[in-house]
Amino acid sequence: MSPCVWSLIDARSEARAAMSTTGAQIFWWVVLPYVALGVFVVGHIWRWRYDQFGWTSRSTQLQERRLLKWGAPIFHYGTFAAIGGHVIGVLIPERWTRAIGIPEAGYRWFSAIAGTIAAVLIIGGVVVLALRRLFVPRVRATTSPIDYVALILLLIIILTGIAPTVGVNLFGHGYDYRTTVAPWFRGLFSGSPQIAGIAHAPFIYQLHATAAWVIWGVWPFSRLVHAWSYPLWYLWRPYVVFRSRVAQRPTEPGTGGRKWRKIGVPY
Amino acid sequence: MRVMANVAMVMNLDKCIGCHTCTVTCKQVWTNRPGTEYVYFNNVETKPGIGYPKRYEDQEQWHGGWTLDRKGRLQLKAGGRLRKLLSIFYNPDLPSIDDYGDPWTYDYQTVLDAPLGTPNPAAHSISALTGKDMNIGWGSNFEDDLAGAPETGLRDPNLAGLEERVKMEFEQVFMFYLPRICEHCLNPSCVASCPSGAMYKRAEDGIVLVDQDKCRGWRFCVSGCPYKKVYFNHRTGKAEKCTFCFPRIEAGQPTVCSETCVGRLRYLGLFLYDADKVLAAAATPDVQDLYEAQLDVFLDPNDPEVAAAAERDGIPYNWLEAARRSPVYELAVRHRVALPLHPEYRTLPMVWYIPPLSPVADVVSATGYDADDPDAVFATIEALRIPIEYLANLFTAGDSEVIRTVLRKLAAMRAIQRATQLGLPLDARLAGSVGATTDDLDDLYRLLAIAKYDQRYVIPPAHAEEAGRLMGQHEQLFCSLDTDGGPGMGGMGPTGPHGIGSWSPEGRRTLPVVGQDRH
Ligand code: HEM
Ligand code: SF4
Ligand code: SF4
Repeated sequence: MSPCVWSLIDARSEARAAMSTTGAQIFWWVVLPYVALGVFVVGHIWRWRYDQFGWTSRSTQLQERRLLKWGAPIFHYGTFAAIGGHVIGVLIPERWTRAIGIPEAGYRWFSAIAGTIAAVLIIGGVVVLALRRLFVPRVRATTSPIDYVALILLLIIILTGIAPTVGVNLFGHGYDYRTTVAPWFRGLFSGSPQIAGIAHAPFIYQLHATAAWVIWGVWPFSRLVHAWSYPLWYLWRPYVVFRSRVAQRPTEPGTGGRKWRKIGVPY
Repeated sequence: MRVMANVAMVMNLDKCIGCHTCTVTCKQVWTNRPGTEYVYFNNVETKPGIGYPKRYEDQEQWHGGWTLDRKGRLQLKAGGRLRKLLSIFYNPDLPSIDDYGDPWTYDYQTVLDAPLGTPNPAAHSISALTGKDMNIGWGSNFEDDLAGAPETGLRDPNLAGLEERVKMEFEQVFMFYLPRICEHCLNPSCVASCPSGAMYKRAEDGIVLVDQDKCRGWRFCVSGCPYKKVYFNHRTGKAEKCTFCFPRIEAGQPTVCSETCVGRLRYLGLFLYDADKVLAAAATPDVQDLYEAQLDVFLDPNDPEVAAAAERDGIPYNWLEAARRSPVYELAVRHRVALPLHPEYRTLPMVWYIPPLSPVADVVSATGYDADDPDAVFATIEALRIPIEYLANLFTAGDSEVIRTVLRKLAAMRAIQRATQLGLPLDARLAGSVGATTDDLDDLYRLLAIAKYDQRYVIPPAHAEEAGRLMGQHEQLFCSLDTDGGPGMGGMGPTGPHGIGSWSPEGRRTLPVVGQDRH
């Protein structure tokens, strides 16, 4: 837990990494993820500043409610469980859970069971939502290409995420992603990604990780931005909001102050 | 006392001919865009009928508006804040597009492209949502003039408890039109339901709006409004609602629906109200007392104490003056003939209605009596229990006595006018019997029958002096020569280089606003 333990482990895996990294691996596991992260950050700033009007969940409940009633809550609650699982499994180093006395086997069982429940929820949800997007004409009509991209990426992430959790951990001999994939991922944020771990991980983990960084790049340009707007503030703000008409600068000539999109322009 | 102003509308239902002109003009101005095909900020319903969207008045089904919790505190009918946040992924109370009517258009191209000699090429109905062929099933005005009422009419929530007596023999049934817009409530449940805080009530004039940039599409306002007057734009994913035509109101002009109303039955004006009393009024325990409670929230602009408080609270002087001439105040408070729509929703609505006397008078004529003989009308008002109770379910949370009083007053007003016009003998006690003086009833008659444009619409223009100052500065960004007295001013005329012009607060007085007798 002490900083020197940290650096020891880092040094060891760095040494291992140095032995076996190729340029392509660096490109795929370091450069592109950082590009995606950059796009993620800059994209959000750009979108927030220039497209408040497009920042919405784009609900389709008006058009179809029966499938959504099951699909949307199941998918979202499953997603939150999965995100929570990632925080535990990937962002928290294995040493920490060991340090507080959680044995490896116990951890594995917990992750397998909780992960499987989350996985079943999420996959049920995303399948319902995807089928709904594809086969309910009213919903399909309001779907933009980026919606499909986001759903497909989510589907890949989910399938590739579940397969190892369920298959390998539960039935197979187990693969300790916490000492391979996780350090790479954490390293991305601490500035020293360890490529070897991910580059030598089973293909399914690689696909999962790839789809994950692709979705970062897509996130700011899709409806997924709605996730940042969870209106927690609602819990303590006054019910009725008053606003005063403020004197405003007129908008630049030629724009007509338009925040609305032009009539007839496809979305 | 904290004085605030709210623009408000009164509609005289006696005069509505159900022509839908208001609906059409409103639609052309505000919702003539993709994503709002099914949206009518103004719609006209035939009553009895289930309305638009279907059965919107049944809050046991839709959970709109407010209710009181066990301790008598005000609470959203759809449940608390936490419950909203947890059910945000699927709103259990949202109407579906079929409840409004699946919007459609026609495949005109087939007709246009039909080769010469094609016998009767037909334009299919196509869905405005999907562009595919569809069968038209329902629309906002499918119940016009009781069409289909034998099937749907009995499902009108206002007929609750009356079903046994209404056999719905529709040849004889009582019918009238109910034009509806957003009520711009004093206690708007739509605003309270919006988790993002994107909806707001304007402090100056009480208009309730959706901030299109802040709306995140959580769609709780749509279900939160008991009148279902917030709509979801399915293309933009944002909520939209009746704006009370605020750009026109700010310029002192009436809303489009009022301006174009064929029956000239809409009145616009200000109410001053005591903001400190709103919540207590909305939490009045007995729903039948809500009407009186709301009247009690309104302030008398002629009261010197109110005037002083209004000045202290920053109500501009010309707004106070306008409040004194307000036709809606006259109709609702002085004459007490206008009533709020569904006060039991506890939103304290600000579009009020004068209940229709004509259908009652029609029944009187049909039975061979003189429709203008107040005795006969009074007798019929008593006999016609169904319409009275029906009206009571609409306007007074079921208190028929209030409706009866209003209809009596309207009948007495007619009788007095008829007597004076025809030189008939007049019972001097008639006015007193409805709690008014002959002068009162004469004023009421003038307001209802012959009021001109500037008496029906008393709208003080918004105060935007500050905006003018900023605008003046902005102009300098483009051409420094265009400043007051600068060389660029010469020959510029009233409009400046960018269409902005040398705008000044004084300049706006030249706008053609109220004061002209246009109708
Ligand atoms: C943090 C809080 C979140 C809230 C409050 C929220 C809320 C919503 C709402 C209201 C909808 C619209 C449902 C409808 O059609 O009516 C929606 C759709 C969606 N959300 Fe979320 N969401 C959240 C987080 C997330 C996250 C983290 C993800 C993905 C990683 C996500 C992915 C999606 C997707 C893909 C859809 C579209 C579903 C469809 O195809 O119809 N959401 N969300
Ligand atoms: S009538 Fe208008 S102000 Fe009142 S709750 Fe509905 S949308 Fe809001
Ligand atoms: S325009 Fe006037 S008369 Fe015609 S339907 Fe509308 S409110 Fe009634």
